[in-house]
Amino acid sequence: MPICFEVPPEILNQTQMARMLAEQVMRSISRYYDEHEHERPWEYINVIWPFIQQIEAANLKRSLRRNGAEEEEPKEKKRSTTHVRMIHMIEALSWGDAGIYLCTPSSALGGAAIQAVGTPEQKERFLTRFTRGKPKWGAMAMTEPQAGSDTSAIQTTARLDPQTNEWVLNGTKIFCTNGRLAGCESDGLIVVWATLDKSLGRAGMRPFVVEAGTPGMHIIHQEKKMGIRASDTATIRFENCRIPYDNILGSPELVRPDEHEEKGFKGAMKTFDASRPYVAASAVGIARAAFEFTRDTLAAQGITIPECAPLHKLSAVQRDLLQMEMDLKAAWLLTVRSAALLDAGESNTLEASMAKVKAGKVVTSITQKCVELLGPLGYSQELLVEKWMRDAKINDIYEGTGQINTLIVARRILGYTRSELK
Amino acid sequence: MYSFDLTDEQKMLTDAVNRYATRQLRAVYRDAEESGALPDDVIQTGWELGLLPALIPEAFGGFGEHSVLNGALIAEELGYGDVAAALHLLSPNLVAIPILLCGTKQQKQTYLPQFCTETFPKATAAFLEASITFDPYDLNTSARLVRNEYVLWGQKTMVINADEAETLLVYAREGQSGNTQAFLVPAKDPRVHINRRDRWMGFHALRTFTVELEGVTIPAENKLGGKAGIDLKQILTCSRIAVAGLGVGLAKAAFEYARDYAKERVAFGEPIAHRQAIAFMLAEMAIEIDATRLLVWEAAWKFDQGKPAVHDAYLAALYAADMALKVTDGAVQVLGGHGYIRDHPVELWLRNGRGLVTLVGSVIV
Repeated sequence: MPICFEVPPEILNQTQMARMLAEQVMRSISRYYDEHEHERPWEYINVIWPFIQQIEAANLKRSLRRNGAEEEEPKEKKRSTTHVRMIHMIEALSWGDAGIYLCTPSSALGGAAIQAVGTPEQKERFLTRFTRGKPKWGAMAMTEPQAGSDTSAIQTTARLDPQTNEWVLNGTKIFCTNGRLAGCESDGLIVVWATLDKSLGRAGMRPFVVEAGTPGMHIIHQEKKMGIRASDTATIRFENCRIPYDNILGSPELVRPDEHEEKGFKGAMKTFDASRPYVAASAVGIARAAFEFTRDTLAAQGITIPECAPLHKLSAVQRDLLQMEMDLKAAWLLTVRSAALLDAGESNTLEASMAKVKAGKVVTSITQKCVELLGPLGYSQELLVEKWMRDAKINDIYEGTGQINTLIVARRILGYTRSELK
Repeated sequence: MYSFDLTDEQKMLTDAVNRYATRQLRAVYRDAEESGALPDDVIQTGWELGLLPALIPEAFGGFGEHSVLNGALIAEELGYGDVAAALHLLSPNLVAIPILLCGTKQQKQTYLPQFCTETFPKATAAFLEASITFDPYDLNTSARLVRNEYVLWGQKTMVINADEAETLLVYAREGQSGNTQAFLVPAKDPRVHINRRDRWMGFHALRTFTVELEGVTIPAENKLGGKAGIDLKQILTCSRIAVAGLGVGLAKAAFEYARDYAKERVAFGEPIAHRQAIAFMLAEMAIEIDATRLLVWEAAWKFDQGKPAVHDAYLAALYAADMALKVTDGAVQVLGGHGYIRDHPVELWLRNGRGLVTLVGSVIV
């Protein structure tokens, strides 16, 4: 297909609905859930759940079809629009409220890991629940108190009990988004990263599916955060938590790193190819909210940007507005590209990190600038701009900090390994 | 649906221009910068690529149609080779494209075939004025209608190849309306004074001049677009996309040079690219170049689709000029002291990079 920037009508329609939801439901409860941390925004959850069930069902069907692809040769297949669709939804919802958007009931990152490396049996067993019944959540537990960006340092262990043929998990996970919703407030599940052999580093790591309510899994803490307060960020302790043998994702066989480096680890990295564009899209949504509000508020005061004005005719505030608008566009286009590549079945690891770096940086600078430009109004909790600035910051941190993603970009463009560029 | 793939034709086009840029322009750009002129044969070879006739319809002697997206792709490749050469090579566009966009049928028939010849057309535009308050919509150069003739007064700068030009497209404030209009002026008219050659921080290989119009009188039908005149917004949109495309190409050149240098240059026992301080600068450059290219493509695509593209192109050009400056500056920085020495190209690219912001109106695709 030649170069094209057209958004397909069906995605536009869906985005339009998301925008209505954002404006009518999310914005009206935005401040309440910022002030009532750890309460659940059911107004939003109940409205979005029917849509999510449809999306989950379609994703599951497609994923299973991929598994069976060897048998039934696919006919000239239409290009997928899954990820481009998702980033439009996420951008629109995050414009409404990023914290509430994060409470969207769905298989989320847990689902992505299962989709990426699960067997057909596992996909059906774990993901069918997201297509029916009450709202449910999936989560991914990776980060530990001593292992953030350096995921190879995780200490949570998985040991096979040969007697019962069960995996036994021990360790503590922190910063698990929707951990409490997935682990004990719904019939959800958590994908937990644990090591089978610490001496193997990344090659020894595997994801395991732990279903809600499994004995030995304790949700022991919910974080109090600077922003995205509506979002559930949990600490989970595993104490001899026993799960069935078939809950391991990927091969239980361990490969020496020098033979075939980091096979198990690749599953996690694959989920980042989708989750980073999603975070970037969320960042762009927040940035657009702040930009539009600031632009409109200034316009009401008579401060507008004359069309195509030469620079000497622009005030500092007008130039700030232009800068924000350019940055926003740049971040969004990088995000779109990373999602479109994924839909086309092409590798997007570099592009996803590029989008994440840019969007994380841009949402931070735009929201901070908006607070400044609006003066006391910007800083006031009577408006949402200060909240957007607090919500924004996480986007430059989770799913790989700006620095980690810059490192990924740097290694890719230089053709360097981890040991060459630390 | 979103797509970022070039068509086969576009690939052939960019490959051809890239070959020319890397083999021909990169072979001569430094000597040309030092001597102040580009070799005629290199320009002739560039002209023989047929880039301009490819934008002109068959009815007017060309073999294609106007596509700003293709123009942006060309600008990137030429900018990758050398911005000064790109400006030289694209200077006939400064007359041909506005005629294509806004000319009357008569003007198209008269002038466009002159841009489909085998030799480099002797036509250029006089747009910029040497004023810090320069505004395309508020020019100092004036054109007053006296009976059936326009009389032009004013001073222009950065008129590319003015000394060799036979036709000048002069932008001026039209007396009655105050609007900016464009006028086809015979460059050899005795009241057109090609004054001193301009001296800029960069683009030394490019020969540009300050031109004075001392009451030049031309027939009324030389006003571009007839009674309706020109659509300056459209012209500037195509120009901004060209500037932004050049910026992407220039930045890509600087980025690649700095990247390759950083991988070879050893300090403290290993290549300097092994350090995040250097590697992160390079990563930042790569991200910004890609982002800018997407901004350019989007604006160009919108223009070609007949969608509003004025603001997009404005933002793309602003962003690109800023990006190109930052990237070329970063490239000098990565090379350290060596970057400051004229043996390496990066100092030249930084000087050119700063110039992009003033190029709106001086290049068009």
